[in-house]
Amino acid sequence: MRYRLVYFAISFIAIACGVYGLIAWGLKVGVDFTGGSIIEYRFKNSVSTEDLTKTIESGNISVASVQTTSEGNYLFRFPPITEADKTKITTTLQEKYPDGFEELRFENVGPSIGPELVKKTITALLVSTVLILLWVAYQFKSIKFGASAVLAMLHDSVVLLGAFAIFGHFFGAEIDFLFVTAMLTILSFSVHDTIVVYDRIRESQRKVGGDLTALANKALTETMVRSLNNSFTIIFMLVALALLGGSTIKWFAVALLVGTISGTYSSPFVAVPVLVTWDQIEKRFKK
Amino acid sequence: MRSATKKVILIFLLTAVALVISLPKTIPLKFKLGNINVDKVLTRPDLVIKGGKFDIEKKFDLVLGLDLAGGSHLIFEADLTNIPQEKRVTAVDGVRDVIEKRVNLFGVSEPNVQTSTYGGKERVIVELPGVKDTQEAVNIIGKTAQLTFAEIVTEDEIQKLSPTSLTGADLKSADVTFDSTSGKPSVSIEFNSEGATKFEELTGKNIDKPLVIILDGQEVSAPVVKEKITGGKAEISGNFTLEEAKNLSIQLNAGALPIPVKLVEQRTVGATLGAESVTKSIRAGIVGLAMVLLFMLLSYGKLGLVADAALVIFGILTLALYKLIPVTLTLPGIAGFLLSVGMAVDSNILIFERFKEERDKHAFADALEISFGRAWDSIRDANIATLVTAFILANPFDWSFLHTSGPVRGFAITLALGIGISLFTGVVVSRNLLRVFVRQNVATKK
Repeated sequence: MRYRLVYFAISFIAIACGVYGLIAWGLKVGVDFTGGSIIEYRFKNSVSTEDLTKTIESGNISVASVQTTSEGNYLFRFPPITEADKTKITTTLQEKYPDGFEELRFENVGPSIGPELVKKTITALLVSTVLILLWVAYQFKSIKFGASAVLAMLHDSVVLLGAFAIFGHFFGAEIDFLFVTAMLTILSFSVHDTIVVYDRIRESQRKVGGDLTALANKALTETMVRSLNNSFTIIFMLVALALLGGSTIKWFAVALLVGTISGTYSSPFVAVPVLVTWDQIEKRFKK
Repeated sequence: MRSATKKVILIFLLTAVALVISLPKTIPLKFKLGNINVDKVLTRPDLVIKGGKFDIEKKFDLVLGLDLAGGSHLIFEADLTNIPQEKRVTAVDGVRDVIEKRVNLFGVSEPNVQTSTYGGKERVIVELPGVKDTQEAVNIIGKTAQLTFAEIVTEDEIQKLSPTSLTGADLKSADVTFDSTSGKPSVSIEFNSEGATKFEELTGKNIDKPLVIILDGQEVSAPVVKEKITGGKAEISGNFTLEEAKNLSIQLNAGALPIPVKLVEQRTVGATLGAESVTKSIRAGIVGLAMVLLFMLLSYGKLGLVADAALVIFGILTLALYKLIPVTLTLPGIAGFLLSVGMAVDSNILIFERFKEERDKHAFADALEISFGRAWDSIRDANIATLVTAFILANPFDWSFLHTSGPVRGFAITLALGIGISLFTGVVVSRNLLRVFVRQNVATKK
C-alpha cells in the first residue's frame, strides 16, 4: 500500500481526462435517447455521400448526418420521420439509383422514449449498486468493504463515460441502448474482481489476523496474477468481438473492454486502497 | 470404480447428448476414402414422444431474435385521452387482441404481441420476424379501422350525413373480390344476423339514395341503394388497389381497434444484415475462443489442458441449453455468451493460481483438493454479484421501472446462463477430470 497515492493519482488523471472530455465535448447521444431515425443502405456501386444527401434532401427531408460504415454501406440519421417520409426517401433513391441498393436496417424512435430510457437506466444503476453494496457488506460483515467496492464500481462507470466522451468526439462512438447494457455489466465485472481480493483478506483475517493494511498487501500480491490472467481471457474475447463482430456490436464490445480494463485496475488499486485508508482513518478516530 | 471416474463418465455422456443437440440439424458428409466416395447428409431426428395427454415435440433449433433473423420491432402507444381510468386496462387489452388477430391474418410466423405500461403510458409491442414490407405491416396494424354506415338525411333542405348503428362490429367476415364489370378489387362483407337485420332496414329506408361507407372518419364509397337487400351481404367498392383491398379485409376481419394507436418506435433489420451479424460473431467467437484456449494451455500446461476441456464442454452444454429452453438468441445475446466464455475459465484460473501456492505445502493431489475447496468461497461470492446485475438487466418479473427491452434481456439471459453453467464446468467438471487424469498420472509416476 506504499504507492497508494500513485494509484489514486492514476485514477484521478484517468477520471480528469474523462471529465474534461465530458465537459468539452459531451456525450454523442444516439437516437435511442434523442429520438430520430436511422436508415442503413448498402449500394452495389460506390456513391458519394454528398450525392446521396442531395438526392434525399431534394424531397424536403433534412439529413442530420451520413456515415460510411463499411464498403458500400451508408448510415443516415434523420430527425424523427413519418412513414410517408420514409416512402419518399425509398422512391427517390430508387429513381436515382435503379441499379440496386438494399435497405439493411431502419430505426425510428419517438422523442418520448429517450427520457424514459434515462430514468430506467438510473433506476437500474441504483438498484444494482444498492444490492451489490448490501451483498458485499453482508458477506464480509462490514460496510467498509461494501462501500469501497461500490466506490471502485463508480470509478469504472465514470472512466467508461469519460472514455466514450473522448471516443465520441474522435471516432463518432454513440451512447445507445447497448452502451447502457455495457455500463450495467461493468458494475458486476468490477465487483467480481474486488470480491476475489476481499476474499483473500477475509481468509487471512480468519487464519492469522492482524493489521488490515498488511493483510491487504498480502492479498493483492496473491491475487494479482489471477486478476490479470482472467482479464486477459475476457479481453481476448472482447477484442475479437470488437474487431470482427461487425459494426452493430463494435462499440458495445469496446465499452465492455474499457470497463474490463478499468475494472481490473480498480479492484486492487482503488477498492483496496480506499478500504485501507478508511480503516486507518477509523482507527485514528477511535484512539 | 472410484466415484470420480463414474462422474467423469457421466459428464462425458451428458456432453455427448448435448453435442447431438447443439450440432446443426443436417451435416453434409463429403469426402473420398480411397476408392469410396462418401456423399451423405447426416440428419438429426426430432424428438417426438407421444404418450396420451403429453406430446413432446422438440426440434432443437436455435431461435434467432429479430436482429439476427431479420424482422421488425414496433411499439405502438395507445391514445387514452377519451378513456376513463377504470376502462384503460380493458381497452389496451382489446387493442392487443385486435392487433394480434391482424398480425395473424397478415400471415407472420411466430409473431409476438405484448403490452407494456410505463409512467401512465400504455403501449403495445409487436415483434414481426421475417417481415420484409414493414410499412405495409404498420399500415395494417396501426389503422383503427372503424367502419360505419351513414345515411343522408335532409334537414331544413340541407343534406347531412347521419351515422347509423350499423358498424364494423356487426360484421361476420370480409373478403377481397373483384368487381364483375370493372375488374377492380373490392371488399365483400357479410353481416352477422343482427347486422343483417339492421342492413335490411337501412337499405329498405334508403331506396334510390346513397348509403355512405365511412372508414376511420373518411368516406370510402357511397353506393346508391337500388332495392332492399336481404341476406346480409354487401360490397365496398372504393378506388382500391389490390393491396388496399387486402389490408382492409384483414382489418375488418380482425375488428376495429377500440382506441387509436400511434407508432412511437420502429426497428427493422434486414435479413442480409442479420445473417452477416451471425457470420461475423461466429468468426469473432472462434478467434476469441482459440486465443483463450491457447492462453490457458501456455499459462498452466497440463492443468490448462483440463481447463480447455472444461471450456469446450461449457460451450457444448450452453449451446444445447439455448436450444432446449429455448433462449431467443440476439446479437447482444451472442456478446453475452462470448463474454461468459471469457469468464468461464475464471474459476479455473482462481483454482490453479491457488494450486501453485498450495503445491509447496502439500502433496500434489491434496493440494488440488485444497485449492478447489479454498477457491470456492470467492468463486461463489463473485459470481453471485454478477448474477445480481444479470437479474436486474433481465428483469424477469417485468417490473415496469426497469428495462423491458428485448436486446438487453437477451444479453442478460445468456450471461446469467453462462455463469451458471461455468460454475458447473469450472468446478465440478474440471475437478473430476483432474481427479481422474492427473492423479492417475501421478500414481503411475510413483
